[in-house]
Amino acid sequence: MQPAVEFRGISKHFGAVKANTDVSFAIAKGSIHGLVGENGAGKSTLMSILYGYYRADGGEILLDGQARRIHNSQEAIALGIGMVHQHFMLVENMTVLDNVMLGSEGGFKLNKNRARVEQELRDICVRYRLDVDPLATIHDLSVGAQQRVEILKQIYRSANILILDEPTAVLTAQETASLFEILRLFKEQGKTIILITHKLQEILDITDTVTVMRGGRVIGAVPTAGTTKEDLANMMVGRPIENNLPRAPYNPGTPVMHVENLQLLDDQGVKLLADIGFTLRAGEIVAVAGVSGNGQSELMEILSGMRLPTSGKLDFLGKPLPFGDRTDADGLPRTFRELGIGHVPEDRLRDGVVKAFSVMHNTIFGYQDKLKNKWGLLDFKAIAGRCAELMRNFDVRPNNHDLRIGLLSGGNQQKVVIAREVLAQPKLMLVGQPTRGVDIGTIESIHTQLLKLRDEGVAILLVSVELEEVRALADRILVMCGGRITGELKIEEFDTTRIGLLMGGMHKS
Amino acid sequence: MNKDLPRWATAFVMPVLNLLSALLVTALVIHLLGESPTESLAILVNSAVVNPEGLSYTLFYASTFIFTGLAVSIAMQAGLFNIGAEGQMYFAGLGLTLAMLAFDSSLSPWLLIPTGMLGAALFGALWAFVPGYLQAKRGSHVVVTTIMFNYIAASLMNTVIVKLVPPGEQNPASRAFSAAAEMPRLNEWFPVLGETPLNISFFIAILALVIYGVVVSRSAWGYKLRATGLNKHAAHYAGIRISKMIIIVMLISGALAGLGSVNSIMGSTHYLSLNFVGGAGFIGIAIALMGRQHPVGIFLSAVLFGALTQGGFDLSLEKQNIPPETVILIQGLIILFCGAMENLYAPVIAKALKFKK
Amino acid sequence: MTLDDLHIGSILVSTVRNAPVLIFAGMAGLFAERSGVIDIGLEGKILASAFVSAAVAYTTQNPWNGVMAGILVSVLLATLQAYVAITQKGNQLVAGIAINIAMSGLTFVVAQYIFQQGGRTPDLGSARLFDVVLPGSAAVEHIPFIGWLYAHLIGGHSVLVYLAFLLVPLVHWVIYHSRFGLRLRACGENPHAADAAGVNVERQRYMAMIIAGVLCSFSGAYLSIVQSGFFLRDMSAGAGYLALTAMVFGNWRPLYTFLGCLMFGFFGAVQIQIEGVELPVIGRVPGALIQMVPYVLTVIVLAGLMAKSVAPKALGTPFVKSR
Repeated sequence: MQPAVEFRGISKHFGAVKANTDVSFAIAKGSIHGLVGENGAGKSTLMSILYGYYRADGGEILLDGQARRIHNSQEAIALGIGMVHQHFMLVENMTVLDNVMLGSEGGFKLNKNRARVEQELRDICVRYRLDVDPLATIHDLSVGAQQRVEILKQIYRSANILILDEPTAVLTAQETASLFEILRLFKEQGKTIILITHKLQEILDITDTVTVMRGGRVIGAVPTAGTTKEDLANMMVGRPIENNLPRAPYNPGTPVMHVENLQLLDDQGVKLLADIGFTLRAGEIVAVAGVSGNGQSELMEILSGMRLPTSGKLDFLGKPLPFGDRTDADGLPRTFRELGIGHVPEDRLRDGVVKAFSVMHNTIFGYQDKLKNKWGLLDFKAIAGRCAELMRNFDVRPNNHDLRIGLLSGGNQQKVVIAREVLAQPKLMLVGQPTRGVDIGTIESIHTQLLKLRDEGVAILLVSVELEEVRALADRILVMCGGRITGELKIEEFDTTRIGLLMGGMHKS
Repeated sequence: MNKDLPRWATAFVMPVLNLLSALLVTALVIHLLGESPTESLAILVNSAVVNPEGLSYTLFYASTFIFTGLAVSIAMQAGLFNIGAEGQMYFAGLGLTLAMLAFDSSLSPWLLIPTGMLGAALFGALWAFVPGYLQAKRGSHVVVTTIMFNYIAASLMNTVIVKLVPPGEQNPASRAFSAAAEMPRLNEWFPVLGETPLNISFFIAILALVIYGVVVSRSAWGYKLRATGLNKHAAHYAGIRISKMIIIVMLISGALAGLGSVNSIMGSTHYLSLNFVGGAGFIGIAIALMGRQHPVGIFLSAVLFGALTQGGFDLSLEKQNIPPETVILIQGLIILFCGAMENLYAPVIAKALKFKK
Repeated sequence: MTLDDLHIGSILVSTVRNAPVLIFAGMAGLFAERSGVIDIGLEGKILASAFVSAAVAYTTQNPWNGVMAGILVSVLLATLQAYVAITQKGNQLVAGIAINIAMSGLTFVVAQYIFQQGGRTPDLGSARLFDVVLPGSAAVEHIPFIGWLYAHLIGGHSVLVYLAFLLVPLVHWVIYHSRFGLRLRACGENPHAADAAGVNVERQRYMAMIIAGVLCSFSGAYLSIVQSGFFLRDMSAGAGYLALTAMVFGNWRPLYTFLGCLMFGFFGAVQIQIEGVELPVIGRVPGALIQMVPYVLTVIVLAGLMAKSVAPKALGTPFVKSR
């Protein structure tokens, strides 16, 4: 029997970034196939090619043994490929029925077909145990139920190949179990499922075969039955990761930040952070490793004052952080800054800089009230002097502080942000994805700067999806998955397999 | 798109092109009305700029427009579209009037004029407070609420003005204020200006422009204001209290719009009358868009509209087919080209620049 | 004067006759905004079509020609707005305000040019649309209350009044029970989802704007041809904004928007009648204060203090394909 999907030599690049290189593997019909990898491994790109969002630069895709060119998502749907995205494509104030009918209504008068489609949907729900009421309105449904609606949509459109992109990221344990039941039913009906995930337990629980990708390439394509979680972890992250940067001996000082029982629930009651606890000391770098979307961003937002926690004990320099009785975090980041917490945000363009402001104006961003004279006017002479020193010390190019910061390269923008926070001499630095979108040459200089800070006695909390970065900088590593800390290691204990397991949700086992 | 274009292109070339487009459409309309655009332009320029009395009127109108232009501009810097300058200026007229009615026989002009200004600014700010508060705390869109408040102001002022009419008078207006409440006119120092109402409000307006320029570009608060308008997420990261900023900006915006009434009332009519605002609030929108919220741009745009108002009036006297309402059409076209279609010429300019390289 | 039945009766009749201006505009705004495009430019479209309808009706002595001409002009303006909002991805609020202001000036100027009557059109006289007289009206005329109800409240209005009232259930049906309406709503709530489902978002929005243009023109035609018999400067008097208010008040739903329009029509009628009337306890209420009530109510609704008014999620955001 021909495989349902076969990739032969797929390559895709975006500018200088090689998202997929010579990807080849096959997926058998009527199987559940896992696609595993860290951030940037290339799995999303590959699936986007399969679903028609992108065109591969090289190689071909065979469906049922026949080579196919898929130019857009409509063609993919026509070929029987359905995709359930991480961000649902649902209209919240319409019913399930209307959402399914959208785009394939079958005529001008909706009512003519509504009854028929409703019945079809009910039949599908029964057959696949989807437990969705076609007449329910989307925003009344739980996230898990909404996801089932997305699956329902694909089935209704006669999808034979179902791609699910990190489906359990938004589900409770119970909902995950229900989802897997549904997937097993699909398999029994002869459908093919591709499950994109980084959670190793899921791979072991439900998949028949699994492909591991790393750095745009296929590292292994194996039957699940024959692998262990260590093998998977190894394939997912395993590569020689060296650390060459010099640093002072590890000598952590007084505790700077102490977190206990931190919880964060969203509006729907989903646990974004659960039972988070750790201590940060002066002069150490603690790295939070893990695939993005597991609560790291939320943790940073809380520690920087941009967001309120639901509950928990957070002490900075011995005193509780001033969340107080607030109902919102409006203006809170300023208080945190004044306490001595610096923040290099994960998304520098959205949070860290104002693109239309000059470099010089961005160097005081967050500190504007410290640099004014008694009339409330900014002391531009002092600011310019500060800026010149900053640009010199951190080698920001081009050396023109009047340029709009949006015109600088990503690496130089990041240097400005880091320099700005460092200049304020914080006691705690929160650093999120410091080298995202940064060229190789600048990465090392940023790493050197961070190590220097650490040697000077600053406590640093680093969130990074890049294990190389974690290896280069951390004294201790916390691994997060599913909103929890799954494990903690000292840098001497750095072991890619172990970290891969923890990143994949396997707790301290 | 226009982030990739050099600053001189976006700050100069595009606004000029946009303005020219508006004027070209106007010229076409004038032509279709059977008149010569060039002749009309000549008459307009003559009346509004060349003739000293006409110029005086031009600057008189501009004095009010500078304030409404500032009002809309400062709100725009925070990302807020204050359509309510019309209602804020109207309600401010009441504040000014109440102050005058209470004090115009007891205070000297040195105290009376600032009192009037204070009353106007206070009432203007008050009228902008509720929309600002609702936007900040409840997310109600400031555009819809300010439009509502324009209408509420109209209804309210209708009722109030009727109550202020002195017994026996027919005119829907309050009693005239005492001579102490008159803004000193510039024709006292420059007789060439003739019998025109251009008064020291003009200098106050320029002072307001300077303060605006300094505050917005050089103060810490101005920095926070612009950050809020350019990138709300980043502004939150930088510790700016967004809700406080929104409310304060609206208060200031309303106060500025209110100050526009000082020129119209204390500088000219000396009493509160029905609909004295006459569209100045909406002209403020055109000015803020055309002047790109820059003090020099606001000044030039305000003078332009002052010239259009004055010149348009004289033009209508000479050319029956071009009534003063034509200026309203021009206003709309400017808002269209400088506001909604501001990037119309961006691809053309980008191509032209690429050619040069 | 004191309260008496006849006054209430004439208030009701006035309400029915005031409402169509708002109903046409409100339904127009609904189409535009449910598709995701803010239509602040209703006022300008009403004015433009009011003038053109009156002018053409007078010149050709045929009101239906006037109506047709009004539709044409309104659609032209709506297309311009659509171009700015959808293709140019410009600021929709500014575009709407621009059109309102431009039309305020242009209609006066053109009216002045053509008719030389101070910016208005001459009286249409008999070239107005016909009234619908229900069969048997004369016969029941003399029966107390029922006769009045049949002949004057339900019957005896201009044909456009009936069109307006009949429009509401039709619009409701199109929006909630037709394929076009489903796609329209999707574009206004989650255009990315609509796009993913194969809907052409830009084309859907253009069509919505054009329909809005057509419906809005009837509002203008009603004003000038039916209500007054001529065009007068700025005769729309805020009807466009009132219709928007009714829409916000009605939570962007046809039936509730219709109720909002009726309410505004009611307050408008009361305002005229109540001038000088001694009400028990309160005494005389100035008409201007009554006029204020709908606007104040809307602000209260916007503040979320009364029922929640939720705009279409994607309202005002130009659609940019994410891939």
